[in-house]
Amino acid sequence: MKKEEVPQDITKLEKGPMNWVNYVTDENGEYTRAISNGWEPENIALEQVWDEVNANVEATRQKVIRGELSPIAYYLEKNLMDIPLLASYVDKWQWQVKRHLKPEVFQSLSEQLVEKYAYVFKISVDELKNNPLLKK
Amino acid sequence: MTDIALNFEHRHSAHCENGVISNLFRYNGLDISEPMAFGIGSGLFFIHIPFIKVNGIPGTSYRIWPGQIFKRASKRLGVEMYSDTFRNPKKAKEALDAALAKGIPVGLVVSVFYLPYLPEVFRFHFNAHNLVVYGKEGNEYLISDPVMEHVTRIHEDDLMRARYAKGTPEPMGKMYYPTVMPKDIDMKKAIVEGIYKTGYDMSHIPIPFFGSKAIRYLASKLKDYPEKVGDRKSILYLGNIIRMQEEIGTGGAGFRFVYAAFLHESGRKLENNWLIDKSKELTKTGDLWRDFAFKAGRVCKNRSADKTSFKDLSDILVECSHQEEKLFFELYSKIKTI
Repeated sequence: MKKEEVPQDITKLEKGPMNWVNYVTDENGEYTRAISNGWEPENIALEQVWDEVNANVEATRQKVIRGELSPIAYYLEKNLMDIPLLASYVDKWQWQVKRHLKPEVFQSLSEQLVEKYAYVFKISVDELKNNPLLKK
Repeated sequence: MTDIALNFEHRHSAHCENGVISNLFRYNGLDISEPMAFGIGSGLFFIHIPFIKVNGIPGTSYRIWPGQIFKRASKRLGVEMYSDTFRNPKKAKEALDAALAKGIPVGLVVSVFYLPYLPEVFRFHFNAHNLVVYGKEGNEYLISDPVMEHVTRIHEDDLMRARYAKGTPEPMGKMYYPTVMPKDIDMKKAIVEGIYKTGYDMSHIPIPFFGSKAIRYLASKLKDYPEKVGDRKSILYLGNIIRMQEEIGTGGAGFRFVYAAFLHESGRKLENNWLIDKSKELTKTGDLWRDFAFKAGRVCKNRSADKTSFKDLSDILVECSHQEEKLFFELYSKIKTI
């Protein structure tokens, strides 16, 4: 890539723009560095990932509102985790975490365990239990 | 502990591992550029293993696995490293503070998900990011993260989360720094060894998942995506190939330009025009990779996985594969004679 071809396509994603080092050739064919603040194909690929994540988060949110899943399911998606990863964060087996995704099981969890989940998701216990976004 | 700010020169880099090697070695008196660290550490590679899935997407990588560049570069340059992991997070914190108190900037392996200073859209659960801690002020550590333009800082609780992220691989509070720097370095020997290894990896591994063969392997899979996995997944898989190629710290074109910069710098250093020619060839292949990403980006944008466009993309990859196979075969067979 030549120095004058270094792309400057800032992503439309909020909190996205960042400056990257690119290695490029100058007018004499020597290698040098240049700063790029984004390139369209990369932006498209990244936006695609976040569309997918946001769609999952929203679908899960609706399920929590309908009482099909517990709030843990929502924060699991929101933190880009999956069950094996969350299980290792809270030191539980995967089948246990799966159970905790059921609203009725979530209600009966010990205060200590709820605190642990809240810590992993970096939120307060109150937010985990009573987020208005997850209520009708 | 009292506040510490070591006089550490931060240099913005394309890639975290190379950047940390380059910055840490320079602090310890060995001035080595990022591309040099990448090349001597034999960082360039190509891997496609469809049955190893990352978030349900076939794994593709344009570089060697994390940690290897460091290992190889320090071995070839004769740098001795201290490196340790800690079962107990408290011990990890004490060890870091103790090293800082002794005036040693420390390299850490962390997860990018817990680095609040990174733009949110880049924070995934990637657990093999590297950065340097060069001081502490109150409850904040002073950070030189090579992918950031400037130095930054992080709260000690966030750093702890980042050092003890779960998943694969688990950093386990890993920290490292050079202990013994070499007196005199045979740069030529280190460069030749680095190129020889990459030349071998790219052109001689007799398994289809590694090296330039793997690019062809990916090409053959790619052209059947629309029929085999359907529209939605085809686009997701393709998006992932672009992301691996262009995202954080590849310097564009899946590290090909960083490696070309290394060949160029080596050519100048060793006064060898053949290496400069090889650098030019790789730059051309890098441009072809960019062409691929550009066209693939458009396909992703339209979100329709039609057979013709996937076939065209696959053809570009086949061409990349042939160019790289020829180039690295030549580097492998001739580098020891320069």
